[in-house]
Amino acid sequence: MTRLLTMTKLVIEGFQKDGWTTIVNGVDVHIDRGEVLGLIGESGAGKSTIGIASMGYCRAGCRIVGGSIVFDGMELTTASRRALRRIRGRRASYVAQSAAASFNPAHRLIRQYAEAPVRHGVLARIEAERNARAIYRRFNLPDPDRIGGRFPHQVSGGQLQRAMVAMAMACSPDLIVFDEPTTALDVTTQIEVLAAIKDAIKDLNSAAMYITHDLAVVSQVADRIMVLRHGDLVEEGRTKSLLASPRRSYTRALLSVRKGGGERVAHPEQGQRLLEVRDVSAAYVDGVPVLRQVNLEVTRSKTVALVGESGSGKSTLARVITGLLPPEAGHILFDGQDLRPRFFERSKEMLRRLQMIYQMPDVALNPRQKVQEILGRPLAFYFSMRGSEKQNRVSELLEQIELPDHYASRYPSELSGGEKQRIAIARALAARPDLIICDEVTSALDQLVAAEILKLLQRLQNELGVSYLFITHDLATVKVISDEIVVMLEGRVVEHGATNEVLEPPHHEYTEMLLASVPEMDPDWLDTLLATRVGALLREGERMHAPE
Amino acid sequence: MIARLTRSFLKVPWSAQLGFVIIALNVIAFVFAPVLAPYPETQIIGRGWEPGFWAMDCSDEAVSQRGPCWSEFNTGRVEGKAWLGTDHLGRDLLTRLLYGARNTISIALLITGLSFFIGMTFGFLAATMRGWVDQLISRIVDIMMAYPTLIFALIILSVAGTSTLVLVLVIAILDSTRVFRLSRAVAMDIVVTEYVESARLRGEGLLWLMRREILPNTLPPLIAEFGLRFCFVFLFLSALSFLGLGLQPPMADWGSMVKENSGVITFGVYNALIPAFAIAFITIGVNLVVDWFLRKAAGLRDEY
Repeated sequence: MTRLLTMTKLVIEGFQKDGWTTIVNGVDVHIDRGEVLGLIGESGAGKSTIGIASMGYCRAGCRIVGGSIVFDGMELTTASRRALRRIRGRRASYVAQSAAASFNPAHRLIRQYAEAPVRHGVLARIEAERNARAIYRRFNLPDPDRIGGRFPHQVSGGQLQRAMVAMAMACSPDLIVFDEPTTALDVTTQIEVLAAIKDAIKDLNSAAMYITHDLAVVSQVADRIMVLRHGDLVEEGRTKSLLASPRRSYTRALLSVRKGGGERVAHPEQGQRLLEVRDVSAAYVDGVPVLRQVNLEVTRSKTVALVGESGSGKSTLARVITGLLPPEAGHILFDGQDLRPRFFERSKEMLRRLQMIYQMPDVALNPRQKVQEILGRPLAFYFSMRGSEKQNRVSELLEQIELPDHYASRYPSELSGGEKQRIAIARALAARPDLIICDEVTSALDQLVAAEILKLLQRLQNELGVSYLFITHDLATVKVISDEIVVMLEGRVVEHGATNEVLEPPHHEYTEMLLASVPEMDPDWLDTLLATRVGALLREGERMHAPE
Repeated sequence: MIARLTRSFLKVPWSAQLGFVIIALNVIAFVFAPVLAPYPETQIIGRGWEPGFWAMDCSDEAVSQRGPCWSEFNTGRVEGKAWLGTDHLGRDLLTRLLYGARNTISIALLITGLSFFIGMTFGFLAATMRGWVDQLISRIVDIMMAYPTLIFALIILSVAGTSTLVLVLVIAILDSTRVFRLSRAVAMDIVVTEYVESARLRGEGLLWLMRREILPNTLPPLIAEFGLRFCFVFLFLSALSFLGLGLQPPMADWGSMVKENSGVITFGVYNALIPAFAIAFITIGVNLVVDWFLRKAAGLRDEY
């Protein structure tokens, strides 16, 4: 094999409030023709920056300070704009994390597909569009002859991401950079896209760089993996040997993360019914039913996991329980009392006992309030705490979530994602609630950080006896934290029971599909899965339907 | 403290520095008008439309007789001598200008502050409550905005009289419609965030939501808008004074000064240009600062 790309001693800096900080710290990267390199690391590891640097580009506010980038014998750091333009999109292309944000919403898919080859003079429009249809068919997109005529908002997230991969292949590039292409997708949708990416690489025999924070995903496609942290290389190796015998402790931590979780302690109050959802149906303004006669129960000091794909109605159920969306039918009981349908009709005491933690800690904390104020407000509001009493309680809360005392004077922007989520947990705890609704609380976090948050939640339940309604699409976290599982599909509960019952066969076929879609740390997992019946359904992007 | 201010002042682009200097000059005039002004506000010191420094006699002959050519003007105590000339009644223009800064700026500030208070209150209210409250306020604002502001103001002022209080109220209310639009729009983005949702679910009242959750997060665009609206109010006030419906004589005011002296501009008497320059000066100064602030608030950076 011949060398396609060599980056040596690459140093990239980014501009922050008080000057330049190093993002990539002298990393060497090389890719041969036809080889797939996986870049893995937590956020801030510099993996995306390296990915786009391979095309001689860096984001606004960044600069390449040192090192060289040689693409097929050509130095990119000193190349002219014209020379770079001839490479980008034609010989090296890029697939971004969010296809929805990367497509131009005003143009049809096939036009955007044809744009690069026509602009570069590689193909005529008619040829390009013929190719597009062939690739759409290859990727199992529905109605491949006509799907190109749709606008980006008219196709599903998984289809759009596949269309984006197709677009990256338009000029038959030598290198494709995939930047977290499946991170924002459900596990089931992830399969379709992963299958498409594998096909794409195989068909073109082009080299690829696959960037992700999920080791299980990258092991499906990559020949070689580089583990990065804080802009430095931690470890590099062939996929199989790296998975089998990681040399560094950080890699080992990444590998073992899915098994983690705290131990569970029985709580004296356990077993009492706390929340009962009875025959609840709900719809948004347009009248399309989102929830259909949902029944659910949460008992004291237990965790119930609510599992389903996006659009299954699980977040809507949370909105109904919190009183943001009044149900059309059915009612909700909390500790034996009828819960009013709208939150502003509920008593302050009722609001206090039911707290919520959100998916994105960045938007869940007011950026203009210090931690002191964020945690202090529920204390003052619900318990009329003042002065040193409040101060002490804030310190106590910070201790409970394992953050040092001086964090009280920080703003949310001065915290990392995991720390922000801890503060959000502390804010919920400040109200001394009986039930906390956790809406996808770990899905925006890196795996190691997410595992720690789960451990913290478990420890808090052991100590305080609080109940959780844990909403997630990630079955790996469910295994770790929940006592009971409720599986939702199209607004209905299709299966529920104790965790080990639901996770043991026989399952409802939808549960089986969800379970099968969770990536495993086995390089052959995807191929094995695709060979099965469920796998075949998944790759077609077929969905189960809830029984009427 | 002073060292830190100086350092941050030096970091600011030169255009904004210029703006800050202009504003500082106006603030000095505003505060120290009675000290700086050579004459009392309404004292008549000479004939009407006497020329100022531009008519200095700097011929060799005059200099040899009297000393350097500015000596004629270097003290205001000399009867009838005015650096910037006199107005139509023979009052010192420099004095009028300094006092005018006082009146016009303070009233413009008052109006802008009031219009922001009204506009932001209703804007946040509409954004937080949504539904019929939002519809009602928005439609009323639409109706008010359908009429040209100047005509609207002229009608009300000619009916209700031209006391300073009426003037302030009328302009503030008319101007608050624009503030309402902006503050409603920026608040809309904040209201849907999860930290506001979580404050609502905590059971917080409307006032807390508006003051503690929404206001701090909408401040940067609103402060920038404050600077711009201040300029507009200033110009509007001057325009009204020019039409005779603004601040009433004998109060010194830049708009009326332009009006009173502009009639004779065709005869080569340029005294009217001086207050006009003053208006242009402060407007440009405030705009320079606001431009910089808008840029900063939007997170745009010029250079790396």
